[in-house]
Amino acid sequence: MAETQAQPRHAELGLTDQDVLDMYRAMLLARAVDERMWLMQRAGKIAFIISGQGHEGAQVATTWPLRRNHDWLAPYYRSIASAITFGMTAEDIITAHLAKGDDVSSGGRQMPGHYGGAPYNIVSLSSPVGTQVLHAVGIAMGAWARGEDVVALTSYGEGTANQGEVHEAMNFAGVHRLPVIFVCENNGYAISVPLEKQVGGLSVAARAQGYGFPGVTVDGDDPLACYAAAKEAHERGRRGDGPTLIEARVVRLTSHSSDDDQRRYRDPAEVEALKQQDPLVGFGRQLRELGVLTDELDQQLRAEAKAEINEASRRAEARPEPDVSAAERHVYADGEA
Amino acid sequence: MAEMNILEAIRSAMDEEMERDDRVMVLGEDVGKKGGVFGATDGLFAKYGEKRVLDTPLTEGMIAGAAAGAAIYGLRPIAEMQFADFVYPAFNQIVSEISRMRYRSNGTFGLPMVIRMPYGGGVHGALYHSQSNEAYFTSTVGLKVVAPGTPADAKGLLKASVRDPDPVMFFEHKKTYRLFKADVPDGDHLVPIGSAEVARPGKDLSIFCYGYMRTCALEAAETLAREDGVEAEVVDLRTLRPLDRATVLGSVERTGKALVVHEANRFGGFGAEVAATIAQDGFEHLDGPVTRLAGPEVPGVPYHHDLEEWFMIGPAKIVDAARALAAY
Ligand SMILES: Cc1ncc(C[n+]2csc(CCOP(=O)(O)OP(=O)(O)O)c2C)c(N)n1
Ligand SMILES: [Mg+2]
Repeated sequence: MAETQAQPRHAELGLTDQDVLDMYRAMLLARAVDERMWLMQRAGKIAFIISGQGHEGAQVATTWPLRRNHDWLAPYYRSIASAITFGMTAEDIITAHLAKGDDVSSGGRQMPGHYGGAPYNIVSLSSPVGTQVLHAVGIAMGAWARGEDVVALTSYGEGTANQGEVHEAMNFAGVHRLPVIFVCENNGYAISVPLEKQVGGLSVAARAQGYGFPGVTVDGDDPLACYAAAKEAHERGRRGDGPTLIEARVVRLTSHSSDDDQRRYRDPAEVEALKQQDPLVGFGRQLRELGVLTDELDQQLRAEAKAEINEASRRAEARPEPDVSAAERHVYADGEA
Repeated sequence: MAEMNILEAIRSAMDEEMERDDRVMVLGEDVGKKGGVFGATDGLFAKYGEKRVLDTPLTEGMIAGAAAGAAIYGLRPIAEMQFADFVYPAFNQIVSEISRMRYRSNGTFGLPMVIRMPYGGGVHGALYHSQSNEAYFTSTVGLKVVAPGTPADAKGLLKASVRDPDPVMFFEHKKTYRLFKADVPDGDHLVPIGSAEVARPGKDLSIFCYGYMRTCALEAAETLAREDGVEAEVVDLRTLRPLDRATVLGSVERTGKALVVHEANRFGGFGAEVAATIAQDGFEHLDGPVTRLAGPEVPGVPYHHDLEEWFMIGPAKIVDAARALAAY
């Protein structure tokens, strides 16, 4: 038998060169949207922003195996890159942040960072942390009860992992081996409170064992590792073998939100060192090593993301403001067409 | 017409709805093989199987939250809280999520789901198996709140709740489950949400009530007629939210006097909303103070028989309150 040539890492995972470039492109776009929203916030166009910077690699890669408009996503407030990967456009997201009247998430009713969209199978998100985890489990329960091949993925932070509802959700998912993927994006902080004061035992993934399903820790700055874990989790769910908990160790490159200043509780050296851990930089380097990305191509992709964000912002800003006379609509379905 | 008690009516409503629509499922604690601690789901597990009649872990937040997820997915879940007293772990899901999902998504995600809860005292259940906590939910915009008092209404309202596109909190007074049997219309019997019923017409004063209080108020009305010659009109609200204002105000217009009765405590209770509605919009018809008769201001129903007796609202207390009001 001929010796098989060692394959590049992404090819081993079944990803083509184009796939990994598309993942990189999604990360670039998410970052571009994120940065644009900070600018808009500083310019007074957006009251508040909560950033996904540093989480993009884990988000794009864990969402990548999902089937658009078929599987379901119950994300959280940092999930810009997950939402983009699952079909939301840059324009959708900026429109939502500007609270325009035809915003697909909420028609201008929800504050920034509340991703959702019925056309994309992305569950509308609220503010109390962790509630969405049960919605994903309920969706998975529905699919399981009806024997339908659907997987739900939900994401949240390591602080949120301590909420009772997350425990309730995981236990139930474990009992019935529901097709759900729990992605804990562990960035080491819940606003100002560090992991050591948040998670007994310091591992979120280890908790999965108690619920009877696999829990894995992956380097969130390594999108291919995240993808491998998510792909396996997705297949496990589809096979009827139950949930998976993926703890992606990521970095939070920004303050918690535009209302926070992380210099009050994070060591300046630590904040400075974060820049070395930017998943965009890391993945770009990895793709160069794999021979997929060149400097020219990188520049081209960045220019494309910038052009897309410019165009998306221009169009989003031109959209109509919400109609105050419609503010009482959609409380109940009564009387609606 | 079939004779049945409220428990049987509830069971047959679920059975018929599950038969009619395979998206309807039941979930809760002990609802499967056991058929629920009160027997409301008895027989459904055998008929529909473990995926449509799901025994959940002992986690109310999960029951409500997963029901919400299932409703998002397109199912029509009926969630059971074993007792209304144990709904609080699910309060976050109900108030933060379920009630406002439609509004916050600008009408793109609706939650057609029902949460059934046995409530109320008079069964030696003490502080934690007797609560009438409807006011938490009636004050929450986005929920509908139903509290039937007869077998026919229990069946017709539950079937309507299952078909409703919005979340319905369905309060079942546990003392009424086997209290009496009454006729329930055959066939696909539906009672619309949001309509009160004049359970007994009268000209001298109106008694507004719901759930078990309907039975008590009707008994009180007979006593008033017999002993005082006072003809009380008994209005069973049946749905608390949305409130049937037209029936409430129409009754006050006929009688000029309003007595609002519930077992929950008075302060900030649902009766305050009914009373304020009458005071503001029925003012010109009133010839007596809008009066509330409600449970005492203690944190729960105490256990000992004498203490529970002291707490509970029954026909005698209603008669006393009605006499005082009729004297105006
Ligand atoms: C129930 C609830 N309590 C408090 C808050 C305020 N809050 C918002 S985000 C947050 C920290 C969450 O940290 P983590 O789960 O680690 O997610 P991260 O923001 O780090 O991604 C807090 C305390 C909230 N939104 N909901
Ligand atoms: Mg965190």
